[in-house]
Formats: sequence, C-alpha cells, structure tokens
Amino acid sequence: MKSIKTKSIQELKSPGQPIIGAEAVVRCLVAEGANLIYGYPGGAIMPVYDELYKFQDYIHHVLVRHEQGAVHAAQGFARVSGNVGVCMATSGPGATNLVTGIADAMIDSTPLVCITGQVPSHLLGSDAFQETDIIGISTPVTKWSYQVTRAEEIPEILAKAFYIARSGRPGPVLIDITKDAQFASFDYSYKPCRSVRSYKPVPETDLNDLKKAAELINSAKKPLIVWGQGVILGKAEEEFKAFVEQSGIPAAWTILGASALATEHPLNVGMVGMHGNYAPNLLTNECDLLIAIGMRFDDRVTGDLNTYAKQAKIIHFEIDPAEVNKNVTVDVAVMGDVKNTLAAITPMVESQAYKDWLHRFDELDKIEFDKVIDTELNPTKPGLTMGEVIKAINASSGGDAAIVTDVGQHQMIACRYAEFTTSKSNITSGGLGTMGFALPAALGAKMGAPEREVVAVIGDGGFQMNIQELGTIFQTQAAVKIVILNNDFLGMVRQWQQLFFDKRYASTEMVNPDFVQIAKGYFIEAKRVDNREDMNAAVEEMMRSDKPYLLEVCVEKENNVFPMIPSGASVSDIRLE
Amino acid sequence: MEQMTYTISIYAENNVGLLSRVSAIFLKRHININSLNISLSEIENVSRFVIVVHITEEQVQKIVKQIEKQIEVIKAFYHTDEETIFQESALYKVSSKSLFEQRHIQNVIKKSHANIVTVNPDFFVIEKTGFREETEQLYNDLAPFGLLQFVRSGRISVTKSAMEISHILKELSD
Repeated sequence: MKSIKTKSIQELKSPGQPIIGAEAVVRCLVAEGANLIYGYPGGAIMPVYDELYKFQDYIHHVLVRHEQGAVHAAQGFARVSGNVGVCMATSGPGATNLVTGIADAMIDSTPLVCITGQVPSHLLGSDAFQETDIIGISTPVTKWSYQVTRAEEIPEILAKAFYIARSGRPGPVLIDITKDAQFASFDYSYKPCRSVRSYKPVPETDLNDLKKAAELINSAKKPLIVWGQGVILGKAEEEFKAFVEQSGIPAAWTILGASALATEHPLNVGMVGMHGNYAPNLLTNECDLLIAIGMRFDDRVTGDLNTYAKQAKIIHFEIDPAEVNKNVTVDVAVMGDVKNTLAAITPMVESQAYKDWLHRFDELDKIEFDKVIDTELNPTKPGLTMGEVIKAINASSGGDAAIVTDVGQHQMIACRYAEFTTSKSNITSGGLGTMGFALPAALGAKMGAPEREVVAVIGDGGFQMNIQELGTIFQTQAAVKIVILNNDFLGMVRQWQQLFFDKRYASTEMVNPDFVQIAKGYFIEAKRVDNREDMNAAVEEMMRSDKPYLLEVCVEKENNVFPMIPSGASVSDIRLE
Repeated sequence: MEQMTYTISIYAENNVGLLSRVSAIFLKRHININSLNISLSEIENVSRFVIVVHITEEQVQKIVKQIEKQIEVIKAFYHTDEETIFQESALYKVSSKSLFEQRHIQNVIKKSHANIVTVNPDFFVIEKTGFREETEQLYNDLAPFGLLQFVRSGRISVTKSAMEISHILKELSD
C-alpha cells in the first residue's frame, strides 16, 4: 500500500468568496481532520464528489464496492484509531445500504459521521428517483441525525455531528444533505462545536459514590472486575491498569473490552460471557463484589439475570445514565468518564493480595485447560482446529496484531485465544453480530493503523457476505491479511442445531466456491491449507508478506466452541462439553 | 410489578424528527402510548411533550432515561396522577334535530357543565374539558342521541412541584 499523505487544514486557504454547500462539506471534513473517508458516489451526492476530486490532496476517498463496505470500513478505522470514522453514500439505496453498519456502530458505541445525499428539497416527499426517508429509517439506530436543506446550515451541522459522534458515549451520526443545499452558495466559515445545550456528554461524578465504591472495594474478600469497551473508548487503559494493579483484583473482559489490558497480565482472568472462560463466568456467581467498568451487562455476558451475581454487591462505573440499572440493579453507580473516575478511585483503594480467591481462578483455569483449551490449541487428531490457527497467528505476530473478526465460531475462538499486547486490537461486531463486518472493517483498520499488522479472521459464511470488498483491498493495496476458517458450514448455527435442535442442520451446510481462485481473480495472493504442517508455515508466510494476502484454512467441519452458557441459562451453568 | 398510569413530561428543543426519535423508544419496547400532546412550553423555543402510558414504574424509569439520552431532549420526568394536575378536552358533534326533538339532551348538556361551541341548522358541537371519567360520562350520556363525531385530545398536565427547566437551561448554556 502506498502511504497516504494528505495536506492539513493549515495549508488550506479560506475561500475568500461564497462557496457552494458541497465544497463546504469537504472543507468541514478537512477542518475536522477527516482525511480518510469511505464511500460510493451516486446522483444525489455528486456535487460533493466533484469537490472531493478538487480536494484530493486533502482528503483520501476510498471507493468501496458496496455502501455496507464503506460503513464497516469506517467502523474499522474508528475502532483501531479512536477517531471518528466517516463514510458517504448517495440517496435511496446508497443510504439504506449503510443502515446495517450504522446499527452495528450504534450498539457498539463507535463514533461515525455518515453523510448521505438526498433529492433536492423541492422533491422531498414526492417519491422522486432514489428518494428514501433515510432520517426516518436511521432514527432508531443513530445517536443523532439531521437533514440539511440549506447550504448555510452545513458548517454548524457538520461541526455538531463530529462533536456528538465522538463525545460522551460515542455513536453514529447521520447527516442527510439535499442536492440543492450542495449546490447553493453562501459565505463559509467554520467553528468547531464544543457544546450542545440540551446534551450533557459526561455526567458529573458524585464524590460520595466514589467513597462508597472505595469502601466496598476495601472490605471485599472476593472481588471481581468485569471491564468493557468503555475503558478503550475512554482512552483509560493506563488508569485502568493502575487501578487493577493497585487493588490486586482479578479482572475479566467482555468481548469488546478485549485488549485494553494485555492478555498476559497476571490479573487478566479472561473473557466473560456465553463462550468466555470458565473461571470468570463461574466466579461471577461466587464473588462478593462485582466491579463493572464501562460495560453494559449485555445478555450474552449475564445469561439469566435472575441468577446473575445475586450474592454480590455491584459497583458500576458508567458514562451513560441509561445503562445504570437497565439490566442489573447495582449498589453503587459511579457516573462519569472512566479515565477520571478510575484515576480518582485508585488512590482510595488499599492494595490486597486475595491469594485464596486468585487460587480459585487457577483451579478452574486448569479444568478449562484440560477439558477445552488443550484439545483446541494442541490437537492430536488430524483435522485442523480453529484454535491452532489463532495460536499460529499469535506466534507469528507476538500479540501485536489487530485481529478483526466477523461473527460466529471463528469469532469466539479468535476472541478466546488471540493474544493482545496493545489496546484497540480486537475489532469485532459485538452487540449486533453483523456477518460481513470483518473484511471491510479490516480494510478500514489497516488504513487507520498502517504501521500495524491487521489480520482479518473470517468464517466461510461471513466472508461471502461482503466478499466484493476484495476489490477495494486490491485497488487500495491495503496489506490486510485475511484468514478464512473454512468449515463449509455456518458453524455457530450448526452448533446450536446440534445441541438444541437434534442435529437438524437446516440450511447451514455451504457448498463453497474456490476462495483462492476468487482472491487470485482480484490479483490478491492466496493459498489454501488443510493440514497442520502446511498451516503453520502458511501463516508465517502470510504474516511476512507486505501485501494483501488471503489464506484459506480448511478446518474440521463439525467442531464446537466450548465452554458455552446456553442461551438464557445461568452463568453457573456454563458447559465444558 | 404493578402497572400504573404515568405522565411523562419532556422539555426539548423544537426540532423536526424528535417526535419520531421519542416514539421509536416506545416502539422498540413494544409499549403503547395512551396519549401524546406536544405544545410550546413556558420557555421560548422549547417544546413540551406530555405522554401518558400505562406501564410499571421500572419500565417508565428506563424509558425516561432513554428519552433523556436523546441529544435534543433537555429534561424528561415521569409523574403519577397524584403528582400532576391534568385535563383532557373532548368535542362532541350532535345533529341539531336531536337538540330540538329530544328535550332530555339539554339536561345532559347542562348537567355536564359542557360548553356549546357552535350551533347551526344541521349540527351543534359541544366541548368538555375535564378528567377522563367526565368526558367519558358525557360520551355515554350523549351516545343514545347519536354522536356524529367524537374526538378527545391527549392529556395535558402540569406538575404540582416546580419544574426548574429554566434553571437547567441556564446551567447548560453557562
């Protein structure tokens, strides 16, 4: 991939005369530092694309192959960089194709600004060609949205869009701009947005809550931390690590919290949730204090709420008041930005050893290792497991790679076994479970962090949901490493069919194309392996390549992911087989 | 938990699209809105929504938080009937013939303290403002004479306690 260099706002002269709305859009993006955007042109957004052509020294636009690819790429960019991702589409189908990614960004709190073209304002409501009510469609899945019908509104609205997307609990914002507003001229000036009077991004922290939380922490005998993506979104990794180390409390992560604390950290006790680790799941129902940090008690984390941590006091560090007492009633809610609240509480916490309590984790880890992990990572049967592929990636990357996953068995295996040394390295569709996420998100992640190794781990099902983005990867030459864990099944659904539907494999077996040939059709280097000896060497070869590379690994067809908490069961009922 | 009638009051910026955002919160949770009224408030450029729902207190607490989370919402509250003063208005259109042919209808109108808004040769319109039971009582009393049309407004309500929105707004803009 050629390195992308763009000029900065300092090099951009102010227009000195009235400009059209479309130019204003582009100037606003430059002002916000959005120099890398993803999109697809079309009738109602053409004036903006015309300006992108003129301003290509300032903004690098990546032409995707489908608008869903644009929004997922923007998500991957945002997740790896911590900046606002930007995508653009035309009206009608262009806009509706963004919706899945917007919903994904909403539930996973990813900062996005999505700009859509709209039919001219005099045609609104006339069922004009490619008219769709994208504001109406996207309302439930956006943090904020606005339809611009006058060019004069553009600077203020775009400034507000970026501010809302990134502040507080981040989320996607959609700005729909009618074509006449893109063409109209006005006197442009740009002022960044610093507040919106009806919007309070970060609630105030009550010192009494901090004191109460510290008292609970200091008197607990068996405390457990469960952290989520809030630590990453709050850029609070250092503060979090200091809190964990000062307190000596074992800490488990939700899927989106992964990588905020290094995998190898002695107090990192693994993942909670449906396919999480045995110890933190079981001990959720043994701890006397649960300290939830920047997480939202998703049902995939808690299982049956009526039997979730009932014996424990619960503290919730949270930025979003609507998350407090939503699923789990807590004893103390510490409101605010975790970067501040963790920094504030750490000096109030007494350092303790919790020797016996940590020993419980070790005991259960041993059981999980013997029953599950050993056979997954060190298999003796001929068929390849997904876990050993992840192990090979770990060995090659040293844990420095950003791992981008899709949805399903490969996702759970990758999240369980990938080793992380660096934050913002686990990029996956958590809340929405969007198949097709990984390929475009990996492209966005690679472009957002070109210095990092980015490995997309994808199932054969999800890969085919946005397979067209191979075209974008080819065109950009972004050196994404793509690993297809191919079991010729929609594996996770098949696993449920096996366990809960008496092995009636309804529509889950896939007759797949030759993925290597497809990659080669896009001039992307590719290889297929189906045995252990070749696999390790092939992973090594892929990781050493400085170009995009696709590795198809044919894995055992009917392996299952364990441990597993059956849907709706208690975390105590976690199954090892 | 027991279901009750709650009045949700929302102070919000006057913006296109906010109604859809607010109603989507109810739709997502499969909760029916009993009545909805939007008007201006005591503060310039600030709208007031009054929404009546019959749900549990836990549900209404969560919904109010979701409403308040919306960017353009300044503040949202919920109250029980005891905590608010509330009224509804109803209009009843009746054929003029019945007014003259059936004398009893005049007693009904008199007794109900309703107002006659308009009378013409074909029909007359009665307006009644009050509690739900009062407008319903009049409905039941008039129904035998034949109602040509009936419509009732959403609840409007003010709280017994003070609403310190101006104060909140001042804090927000400081």
